[in-house]
Amino acid sequence: MLARRIIPCLDCDLGVPDGRVVKGIEFKQIRYAGVPWELATRYYEDGADEIVFLDITASHERRATMFDVIKKTSEHVFVPLTVGGGISSLEDARNAFNAGADKVTVNTGALRRPELIREISESYGSQAVVVAIDAKRRYHDLDGRITVNTESGRCWFECSYYGGRRFTGVDALAWARRVEELGAGEILLTSMDRDGTYDGFDIELTDAVSRMVGIPVIASGGCASPEHMYEVFRRTDASAALAASIFHFNQWSIRDCKRYLHDRGINVRITDWAQSISL
Amino acid sequence: MIAIVDYGMGNLFSIYNALLKVGGDPEIKRDPDFAGAAGIIIPGVGSFGRCMESLRRFQEALAERIAEGTPVLGICIGMQVMMDESEESPWARGFGWIPGRVVRLPEWVTVPQMGWNSLELKRDLELLDGISPGDMFYFVHSYHCIPYDKTAVVATTHYGVDMAAVVAEENIYGTQFHPEKSGPKGLRILENFVRMVRC
Repeated sequence: MLARRIIPCLDCDLGVPDGRVVKGIEFKQIRYAGVPWELATRYYEDGADEIVFLDITASHERRATMFDVIKKTSEHVFVPLTVGGGISSLEDARNAFNAGADKVTVNTGALRRPELIREISESYGSQAVVVAIDAKRRYHDLDGRITVNTESGRCWFECSYYGGRRFTGVDALAWARRVEELGAGEILLTSMDRDGTYDGFDIELTDAVSRMVGIPVIASGGCASPEHMYEVFRRTDASAALAASIFHFNQWSIRDCKRYLHDRGINVRITDWAQSISL
Repeated sequence: MIAIVDYGMGNLFSIYNALLKVGGDPEIKRDPDFAGAAGIIIPGVGSFGRCMESLRRFQEALAERIAEGTPVLGICIGMQVMMDESEESPWARGFGWIPGRVVRLPEWVTVPQMGWNSLELKRDLELLDGISPGDMFYFVHSYHCIPYDKTAVVATTHYGVDMAAVVAEENIYGTQFHPEKSGPKGLRILENFVRMVRC
């Protein structure tokens, strides 16, 4: 049986050599968490099942820095690496794969030109394409939308892009189904309502998308504790939970989160370095 | 030296870096010249048919080294091409080093299988030294191998059905999962391979 995955996410500012991992709410009160490849290595040693790098600067001149980050990371980290932020062409994706990425995430690029998903999928396989969906609850204009009955009323979910700064009018549940048809291998689903709140994952959103598609869904946004991970795994079919700041500032280690989940009957990969390798 | 066969279908950093990490001395080989190679790795990228097309020119050199006893490890598609044929590309012939066929994952599971799955060990094998039942490895695949000789299956995993996760026949080895992406346990397997080729 496939294990549920725990995925740390590194939001990278690539304006400095080697880049830096940042965390801030709406770009205010930005805190620096460290150097991307060093943090990635720490998380790997701590039991991360995969590592996601998001280029929050995503400008052309800084893309070279991201590839350096991935190259350096792949010398030390032996789990799948996913790269996103500003990937809008097959060429961008190819550069990421050539630098050592196993998967790319696309969001804005795919919403603007959905064929991008098919192009990357046909060239590199569906397992290499993760479509990021940033979804926000809308309680009005329900006509023609796929709606969900939630504890706070009936709503639909709207996709945002450009890092959550703009809204598209696109129905996130319909888009989830579409991206699967286009060849996406996974969906990285972020709740814009929960992101940065530390209130836990949006269970109703995660459940709705997981039921809508056959491909794995990574729950994201709002995670502040292992209890939040437990809730999303117990109440939905999410195949992975993604978190950022709870790991960056040493509130929780990945190892402790996995132990917590394992003790409660969730199938996760437990790594014991001491007995596994004689390096 | 351990040769990594580069048949031009993707980056080989991961396997190269992983071998370095465990004390190996990998070299990426674009041509079918395996002089000085104590072991050979066939990485896995792409579809069965495209893989075989690109690998065909290495066939003779690989067969020679296998006959001489050089350990060869195929990863993912690199293991599948060791069989005779695959449903993925019915027109393409595999190497046939381990008699068997490759079939699609069952229709009642999500395809591809992507993620960490555990092993059930069928027998002892030096390549799996230090690996315990239940240890997890990273799989990404849509097809799986069915060797005709069941003793070739050293470890299985369960995804809809029980399927071959590790195969071995004399000096020919294959893993359906990616040891280079499977954390410390995957590195342990590569470390074992490095040790085996030095003996």
